[in-house]
Amino acid sequence: MFTRRDTLAIGVGAAAASALPFAAFAATVDEAIAAFTGGAAVAEGGVTITAPEIAENGNTVPVTIEAPGAAEITLLATGNPAAEVAVFKFGPGAGNAMVATRIRLGRTQDIMAIAKMADGSFTSARVEVKVTIGGCGG
Amino acid sequence: MQHLKAGRTLALATACVAALTGVALADPDLTAELVIDGELHLVTRAPSDDVITPNLPERYSGFLFRDPATRDMQMDDFENPAMLAVEEGEGLWSTVEGTAGQSCQDCHGDAADSMAGVRASMPHVNGDGVLWSMENYVNNCRTTRMGAAEPWGWNSGQMRAMTSYISMQSRGMPVNVAIDGAAAPYWEQGREMYYTRFGQLELSCANCHEDSAGLMIRADHLSQGQISGFPTYRLKDQRVVSIHNRFVGCIRDTRAETFAMGSPEFIALELYVASRGNGLAVEGVSVRP
Amino acid sequence: MTDVRPRIRLPRSAAAGDSIVVKTLINHDMESGQRRNSAGEIIPRQIVNRFTCEYAGVMVIDMELHGAISANPYIEFEAVVPASGDFVFTWYDDNGEVYTSTESFTVA
Repeated sequence: MFTRRDTLAIGVGAAAASALPFAAFAATVDEAIAAFTGGAAVAEGGVTITAPEIAENGNTVPVTIEAPGAAEITLLATGNPAAEVAVFKFGPGAGNAMVATRIRLGRTQDIMAIAKMADGSFTSARVEVKVTIGGCGG
Repeated sequence: MQHLKAGRTLALATACVAALTGVALADPDLTAELVIDGELHLVTRAPSDDVITPNLPERYSGFLFRDPATRDMQMDDFENPAMLAVEEGEGLWSTVEGTAGQSCQDCHGDAADSMAGVRASMPHVNGDGVLWSMENYVNNCRTTRMGAAEPWGWNSGQMRAMTSYISMQSRGMPVNVAIDGAAAPYWEQGREMYYTRFGQLELSCANCHEDSAGLMIRADHLSQGQISGFPTYRLKDQRVVSIHNRFVGCIRDTRAETFAMGSPEFIALELYVASRGNGLAVEGVSVRP
Repeated sequence: MTDVRPRIRLPRSAAAGDSIVVKTLINHDMESGQRRNSAGEIIPRQIVNRFTCEYAGVMVIDMELHGAISANPYIEFEAVVPASGDFVFTWYDDNGEVYTSTESFTVA
């Protein structure tokens, strides 16, 4: 499986772009999580993220999230300049709790989906999507 | 996450390209089928020949080099974001413009009839013996017949929408551009450009798209550089792009001063590159990274 | 911004009470506010920041969008159709404009 190699494939551009200290990214992600959960504990499981292992292009990455029984889902890109991608609230007219959309990822990173269940508890899933800089047309 | 110094990253990236080259996803996926909405099968493989592509074993659409998610996006006419441009073009088709007070539709009627086959034979020599791309024909009609004030920019939103709409009317038809007769000198010019090394990197189109199709260039999967899928929705640009826009990008990537969109050089190159795809289906509008 | 044209895809038919897949696509640049122009200045953010769907007056989904949603937002979700009715889709632009689309749906 891909280990450090994929991280190396990011190239000069992304390394230069990530001029912010790592701590700043962590604060944004934690803030986003706290804003959604109010600081409550977040379990793992019960949420499925479908995303490509390697994004063909980071500007348009198809993602599907399923969380049976969820009332709300937040999608976070932990390595983007701003971690929040979208928040989905399901109403009484919703069918199965699923959404699919297309997102922008600036670099290889974990994307995270946190679901708020009907009983107020939180659960989550996390997958890595590799984003590379191509050789042609960047 | 790991943060690496720039210099090391480049050296290690080069090393990892070599490692990645061995991965199975490098070659085109010859089992992939291009089927629109579960109904319309488009030809993505065509026989090569001794005249135009003696160095290619077979002609492959760029579709076969894409990952499953990208291919899925193209195979559904609703999900395909390029269809937004096609719809815009459809609207422009029936929009009145210019001193003659007419729309394209007033003269050309239903595009499905009048424009069928147009994309498949572009670029071709006009009545005055000059090789023209679709964009030239559109602007010629607009300025000389419709009396429109301004030609559309080659890469303008309207031109990309109109060429997308016209291209859709040939979807499924085999690419079939003429390379003989009046077109011959242009085709020769295009062929010479294809094999000329440009830029600081001294790369010709052939170096990547003929010699190295199927390999990886850093993290891009090199195709044969076919244009049967143009205008295409590029995931990177998040919009439809024209053939010449891509030529500009390619030559710029060799670190050369590139030719302009709409230049005679690019129109000649377009003819040559189109002929390398003779036999492949026009994809209308495709989705590419 | 050129004409904004929402597109909606619903299944051809469904039984009363089914959960159906709803697909939506709208043309919008979704300028994230992260990009710079050739002069180096930040291009101001202008995105669709909210999307809602109601069926027969009942809320199906209310989505908050940020700059990381790709241009020409594609949004797919599921709705329950207890009886025939109208879907109302609404997209809210940063600049205050609101785009809507209505589609009626008939259950078998």
